[in-house]
Amino acid sequence: MSSIGTGYDLSASQFSPDGRVFQVEYAQKAVENSGTAIAMCGKDGVVFAVEKLVTSKLYEAGANRRIFHVGEHVGIAIAGLLADARQLVETARKETADFKSNYGTVIPLRYLTDRVAMYMHAYTLYSAVRPYGAGLMLGSVEPDGPKLYVVDPSGVYHGYTGCAMGKAKQSAKTELEKLKIGDMFCKELVKEAAKIIYVVHDEVKDKAFELELSWVTEGTGGKHELVPPEVYKSAEHYAKSSLEESDSDEEM
Amino acid sequence: MFMQTGAVQAAGFDGQPMTSPSALPVTWSQAPVVTGGSVLGLVYDGGVMLLADILGSYGSLARFRDCRRLMKVNDGVLLGAAGDYADFQYLKAILERKIIEDRAHDDKFSMKPASVLSYLTRILYNRRSQFDPFWNTFVVAGIQDGKPFLGSVDKIGTCFQDTQVATSLGAHLAIPLLRDRVEKYPKMTEKQAREALLDAFRILLYRDCSAFPKFEIAKITAEGIEVEAPQEVSTNWNLHSAVH
Repeated sequence: MSSIGTGYDLSASQFSPDGRVFQVEYAQKAVENSGTAIAMCGKDGVVFAVEKLVTSKLYEAGANRRIFHVGEHVGIAIAGLLADARQLVETARKETADFKSNYGTVIPLRYLTDRVAMYMHAYTLYSAVRPYGAGLMLGSVEPDGPKLYVVDPSGVYHGYTGCAMGKAKQSAKTELEKLKIGDMFCKELVKEAAKIIYVVHDEVKDKAFELELSWVTEGTGGKHELVPPEVYKSAEHYAKSSLEESDSDEEM
Repeated sequence: MFMQTGAVQAAGFDGQPMTSPSALPVTWSQAPVVTGGSVLGLVYDGGVMLLADILGSYGSLARFRDCRRLMKVNDGVLLGAAGDYADFQYLKAILERKIIEDRAHDDKFSMKPASVLSYLTRILYNRRSQFDPFWNTFVVAGIQDGKPFLGSVDKIGTCFQDTQVATSLGAHLAIPLLRDRVEKYPKMTEKQAREALLDAFRILLYRDCSAFPKFEIAKITAEGIEVEAPQEVSTNWNLHSAVH
């Protein structure tokens, strides 16, 4: 790392001579160290899938979730430092509730994303604070169709049809590009999402993981929900069996 | 209406009358504005049923004719509101926010009727202690630990549970009628409960000048909540002496 020892990486309020803010880049590194998270924006909704790495067998199953409900209609999947992300999710929830009480309607996802992104950006401006070490994927179904936005620690956000964050971001993106996400329905996308998480999981470096799956679709009445147990099971089954298939193909 | 500060001369700690009005507590909302009338609630075998008309009165003027006063709080709690409609709408927004917070935990738990009643009681008691009450009586219905639950809380924070509950004039006119039915049919069926509520409501309509023939009825059982679309109660205004 060229930044170390130069003295330009100690504060988020100082540029390096070639115009970079190293503290923000380190925060992005923190996101890349976490388990993979993906999201897809299909025809009828948005699907989230997270590879939650379980670092100890002593943890309770289902603890430390990385997919969150915000209001009734928004889902957020996160990558990076969990504690940082939780604070961002709290901010998002507050924005959602305040918007509802002020204007009586549900907050538009673009507006919510913008508010959270501005909040994150404010933490890249001062030497007294450090940037958030987490990235967010926000999804919802709006009157004009499903939407998916991604915010990174710099406070930049973009709209996506398919996105990936975390360890296996690159290979997950390659897998996502193979799908015609925009033409698919959530029922199929859940299966593909589970498959991608299983495909990109690094069995050697990280052994145990829990798969988290959630969606916001027209089928759930525009509400963000964890995928029902039957759907979860069939998606997991599809993921595992297609993994086995490709393994036996390689042997031949 | 009333002034912001107490209009009555109150005595200070030394027994002398206090001359400065600012020494008296501020007293807002001394009167409701748009109000809803009676809410009736009845426990039957396996569930609870609530009934409320849909009139929003402006004093004695029948001002708004589609004021729904039964609210599904969550999948297991039903709420009926009498009194100031704006205060109800405000508390409704607070409850809805609370339910969303509850859902965010995603721990498969949700507020039970006893908790909702207690929560409302705290809010109402707190406001009456600031001499600024929410001008409502709430009726909370649900299933608590597998058993039907029916409770009520008024604007000064008095809360209680019973097998039959009625607010406003209904507390005087409907309660004895409902109690009668409960005594007669201790294990009331859903049909009997509906009949009892409708009969009590009909009497209210005849005698309470602020009652309205269109009403909402809702039930809550272990299967969930069902709020029916507004309907009209049947009446008979043919007085015996007027029939020739």
